[in-house]
Amino acid sequence: MNLRRYPARPRRSLSSALLMLALAALVVGSFASLPLQWAAFFTADAIRSMSEFLSGFAPPDMEPQFLIRVAQATAETLSMSALGTLLAVALALALALPAAGRFGTPLRVATRAILNVLRSIPELVWASLLLVAAGLGPFAGTLALAAHTSGVLGRLFADALENAELLPETTLRTNGASAMSAFLYATLPQTLPQMLSYTLYRWENNIRAAAILGVVGAGGLGQLLKYNLSLFNMPSAATVVIAMLLLVALVDAVSYTLRRALTR
Amino acid sequence: MAQHAIIHRDPAWRGRVIAALVCLALLWPALVYSEFKPWVLFDMRSLRSAGKFLHGFLTPALDREFLLMVLEQTWQTVAIATAGLTLALLGAIPATLIITDRLSISRLGTGRMRAPAAALRQLVRWILILLRSVPELVWALLFVRVVGLGPTAGVLAIAISYSGMLGKVYAEILESSDARATEALLSNGSSRLAALLYGALPESSSELVSYTVYRWECAIRGSAVMGFVGAGGLGQRMQESVNNMNGGEVSTMLIMFVLLVALADVVSRMLRKRLG
Repeated sequence: MNLRRYPARPRRSLSSALLMLALAALVVGSFASLPLQWAAFFTADAIRSMSEFLSGFAPPDMEPQFLIRVAQATAETLSMSALGTLLAVALALALALPAAGRFGTPLRVATRAILNVLRSIPELVWASLLLVAAGLGPFAGTLALAAHTSGVLGRLFADALENAELLPETTLRTNGASAMSAFLYATLPQTLPQMLSYTLYRWENNIRAAAILGVVGAGGLGQLLKYNLSLFNMPSAATVVIAMLLLVALVDAVSYTLRRALTR
Repeated sequence: MAQHAIIHRDPAWRGRVIAALVCLALLWPALVYSEFKPWVLFDMRSLRSAGKFLHGFLTPALDREFLLMVLEQTWQTVAIATAGLTLALLGAIPATLIITDRLSISRLGTGRMRAPAAALRQLVRWILILLRSVPELVWALLFVRVVGLGPTAGVLAIAISYSGMLGKVYAEILESSDARATEALLSNGSSRLAALLYGALPESSSELVSYTVYRWECAIRGSAVMGFVGAGGLGQRMQESVNNMNGGEVSTMLIMFVLLVALADVVSRMLRKRLG
């Protein structure tokens, strides 16, 4: 007699099966509908042209003159990110007050809708739209960063204001302080550390974003990369990519050490 | 009742003013470098062109043919993201199997890995770092140069940069789960693949799937943006319409883009909720 007990079979629900089927259909449909050049992936010819292309990048262009140009573009990238974040903070603070429901519910809903639109359009799309008004160059990139980031920060600031303890402000108000000073001395100091940490976090993101915004013509390292690639000037393009990697690695390292130091 | 008008001077005002001045001094070079000239926005010529562009936004292009094209491009954006992520998994899963320390057989018992194994792990880790540190947009830009304009460049860019990301995060998720099942299997002589499938995966499968779904959502956003450098999908059409200053078309596609991102967000949240 077989006394061994097998564990019960796992339950299989119909909806999971349907989900897996839908997933498989999505993957197959994607590959089938895309006009993919499979030759570009796997043939010997493609591999040769790819390796030819890649070997064009080495050695990177290390001429002092070009390095200075890259350093300038890096400074441009950093300035774009800093200014964009600063503008975004100003705009976000202005929008966060109505979005936190301080001027009534209708205004809260309307401002949140504006913030959603600002946030859901990526920086790069903003940049390509703003090029029309601001012309080619880093200024359009700065405005693009500001537009997207103010949507993100505005929402975070508004949530921080809504979650802040109400009692301090109410106390000041009942004791006769004006609405302005009650806000400035009770609610703002509570939320300021949180706002500051959100801002620093977004700045970090914006440095990364600013490095690539230029590929649509909005200044910084990206523009230099796009320019050199369109001239098939591969060694110079390699230098720019290396500069991007270094910049991002540096930002990561600084933010990591700062976080360690601050949270210890 | 006597009112005593006592003016409380801010005791820290001197420090604040100095700090503000220092910030301004630091800001100055930034203003110069980023060519911060707000007045160009109010230049008559750019005002006129921006006004015309914005005016087009009020009347989104809604003719049948154009809408069909936008829908097709939207599907292409989703398809690029899905195909790219599928290819990325082909790279990420073997890489995960290699770099996960816990699946090392030589480490069992002694706790030390053999030198060649450790070197291979480190090498694959470095490759993954390189793959994911170059932004996906730069990958797309490079592939557009190799394979030409079109979705192939987008699929390749997503496949490359996401395999770097997924490989790293999968390994981290596996390392942070409970180790006992995997170790029991390995030390009783099972193969590495069996240890992964029966020991490590059941512990952390929901977390792995949920992260993959989240990345799929990111890939949709990324593939829409990559179109701006010519990698196919909605972004490529949007860039063309921006170049033609056709505000109505851009407006329709922006609405479509926002809807697509919102939809991907909803679907991904729903799927992740199902996973608990």
